[in-house]
Amino acid sequence: MRHTISVLVENEFGVLSRIAGLFSGRGFNIESLCVAETLDPTISTMTIVTNGNDAILEQILKQLNKLINVIKVIDFQGLDYVSREMVLVKVHADEKTREELLRMTEIFRGKIIDVSLKTYTIMITGDEEKIKAFLNLIKPLGIKELVRTGPIAMIRGDKTIKASEKHSKGGEDGKNVL
Amino acid sequence: MKKTGAQIFIESLRMEGVDTIFCYPGGATLYITDALYYASDIKQIIVRHEQGAVHASDGYSRASGKVGVSLVTSGPGATNTVTGIATAYMDSIPLVIFSCQVNTMLIGNDAFQEADIIGITRPCTKHSYLVRDVNDLARIIKEAFYIARSGRPGPVLVDIPKDVSANIGEFKYTDKVSIRSYKPTYIGHAGQIKKAIKLIASSKRPVLYTGGGIISSGASAELLKFAEKLSIPVTNTLMGLGGFPGNHPLFLGMLGMHGTYAANMAITESDVVIAVGARFDDRATGKVDEFAAHAKIIHVDIDPTSISKNIKVDIPIVGDSRHVLKKMLDFIEEDKEDTKDYPASISEWTKQTKKWQKEYPLTYLKDGTLKPQYVIEKIFELTKGKAIIATEVGQNQMWTAQFYKFLKPRSILTSGGLGTMGYGFPASIGAQVAFPDKLVINMAGDGSIQMNIQELATAVQFNLPVKVVILNNRYLGMVRQWQELFYEKRYNWTQMDHAPDFVKLAEAYGAAGYRIEKEDEVETVLKEAFQNGRPTLIDVRINPDESVYPMVPAGAPLSEMLLV
Ligand SMILES: Cc1ncc(C[n+]2csc(CCOP(=O)(O)OP(=O)(O)O)c2C)c(N)n1
Repeated sequence: MRHTISVLVENEFGVLSRIAGLFSGRGFNIESLCVAETLDPTISTMTIVTNGNDAILEQILKQLNKLINVIKVIDFQGLDYVSREMVLVKVHADEKTREELLRMTEIFRGKIIDVSLKTYTIMITGDEEKIKAFLNLIKPLGIKELVRTGPIAMIRGDKTIKASEKHSKGGEDGKNVL
Repeated sequence: MKKTGAQIFIESLRMEGVDTIFCYPGGATLYITDALYYASDIKQIIVRHEQGAVHASDGYSRASGKVGVSLVTSGPGATNTVTGIATAYMDSIPLVIFSCQVNTMLIGNDAFQEADIIGITRPCTKHSYLVRDVNDLARIIKEAFYIARSGRPGPVLVDIPKDVSANIGEFKYTDKVSIRSYKPTYIGHAGQIKKAIKLIASSKRPVLYTGGGIISSGASAELLKFAEKLSIPVTNTLMGLGGFPGNHPLFLGMLGMHGTYAANMAITESDVVIAVGARFDDRATGKVDEFAAHAKIIHVDIDPTSISKNIKVDIPIVGDSRHVLKKMLDFIEEDKEDTKDYPASISEWTKQTKKWQKEYPLTYLKDGTLKPQYVIEKIFELTKGKAIIATEVGQNQMWTAQFYKFLKPRSILTSGGLGTMGYGFPASIGAQVAFPDKLVINMAGDGSIQMNIQELATAVQFNLPVKVVILNNRYLGMVRQWQELFYEKRYNWTQMDHAPDFVKLAEAYGAAGYRIEKEDEVETVLKEAFQNGRPTLIDVRINPDESVYPMVPAGAPLSEMLLV
């Protein structure tokens, strides 16, 4: 099963290698990993997408927690959360397909961020489903290159994840906001 | 106060109460080496190989309960420590290893004698630091000692670049450590502890299964009281030996691959297993699916990652073994009614475990040849169980675990988790440094002793009268045993007939050497060797065909033991 995990870590050199090394050394799989500083510059968030059964996930969470530089680990399973990923995709665009590509980008609220005689480069953000749907639609037109960030995630509502307090499950409000 | 990095290093060690370091010099250590020239209050044991330094500091730590400290140079000095660090990591031994590093400016440049020791040791340290600014040095050392000894203990590495040891910085030693991301849990959850007591009180066939956590948390008095109060039989792991008196009527012996019949059967037939400070290592559990298949499992461990890792646990209690056992005793005292009749109610079970012990004791064929088990029994007799015993790895280790009755915690030093040949001898040197007046014996194999035999020079230099008893079977015995049982006696790689003459070798190093070839020589020679006051090697020519029994073949359930 797929899991999205947020890890708050000390923003110090070498921390990423400790986390990545933990996954490889114990045979856990990382599907994607995003890292950046938080509001507090001494702390970084890592959003990790991994997979495995409950027992494996439990070990992953415990082992992450055990690392000295890890401040907090949040498993989003069972929480109400939003998750977004950004994708840049370079697509073949000729006279016949330009119109179609433009329309689809608009429908999916993407943006064309670069144009050449033969290509469009489209930026699109969204959750996994939306990105999958978009890529499926434009695949027949000829994708030349694709890069994606991997998802980042956050609990819905007014709840926040603070380094100092235990997190609670997200509230109901704002549920349907995109 | 302004000081050089090297001086800050020494002052910080003093603040931590460090009186001994095990070390080996090099270009990158020179400022520190030089500053230590004047520090006569810090014993500096110069070894012959960096692996020896770490194992010695590990032996020092296991014997004394203090944090073991070693200091080595950059590059090859640092990489030579890896096996020692991994050994301590697997057995949760608190060590601080100082590796020196090339100048900060050169780090990452493939400089002479540079190695990314932080990267190399990341998977086998509890934590590690690269000191980049002399002003951080004191704080980092403080944190390193704190992390090494708190929570689940373990080795911490501090990498000090040469220029950091030379630079001038502010020395300020704080007495408190606060690491927001590191807060070990010592106090077991009261509700869970109560639940555990209830479950125990309702059980008919309970077993205590205890491990190294009893030793590191200092819980043996509480364990004894708890077991006696409820009359629960006790088995322990290799790491748990000495945590419960080896001659106690409730003691079943060690469990697992070379465990006793009684211990393995008791686990197999139990209805509640109370695991305390043990981590269900595969050498202890045998086939996991059949480990205590009918039992509910209570697991006390300070490390949450140990819980439900190999075996599903019914009542997990995260906390320090000593604290939890104490709390359990308190609860039992409070509502006496619950457990007052308990020992009587399980008397059938305790009778059964006694019967197993009687029917299948640890034994060996007495056929007139010189048997290792006999030698160990004699050593127990002569030392009355008061020696500190270090072992190597292999048959020598298992026979020692089986036939020496460890009465007190910290009386056995052995590489349980990693199984490191070459550990025992340097570890015995470390223990002897910690306890100059105690008898320290290294039970060795003829294979293992050759892995760190160069430390004989260290023992002679520092007048450390350790006794190395080589159970010499002219084989890598334990591997030979597997070849005999599972590979139709094809003894490839395991014949050790090209060994040195150990007696002459001892003498060449300036130590004493003895040889024992017959049973009737054992007592007299050992007696003399134990009293000669010198580092000593005793080459005991045992019957090379002897194997370790009982044995549970790898992957088989504990109930399927090969007996003698
Ligand atoms: C460093 C290391 N290398 C290899 C092994 C694998 N191994 C385990 S036991 C053993 C044989 C040990 O032989 P010896 O020291 O003579 O002891 P004996 O079993 O004969 O008592 C070996 C090679 C090990 N445990 N450690």
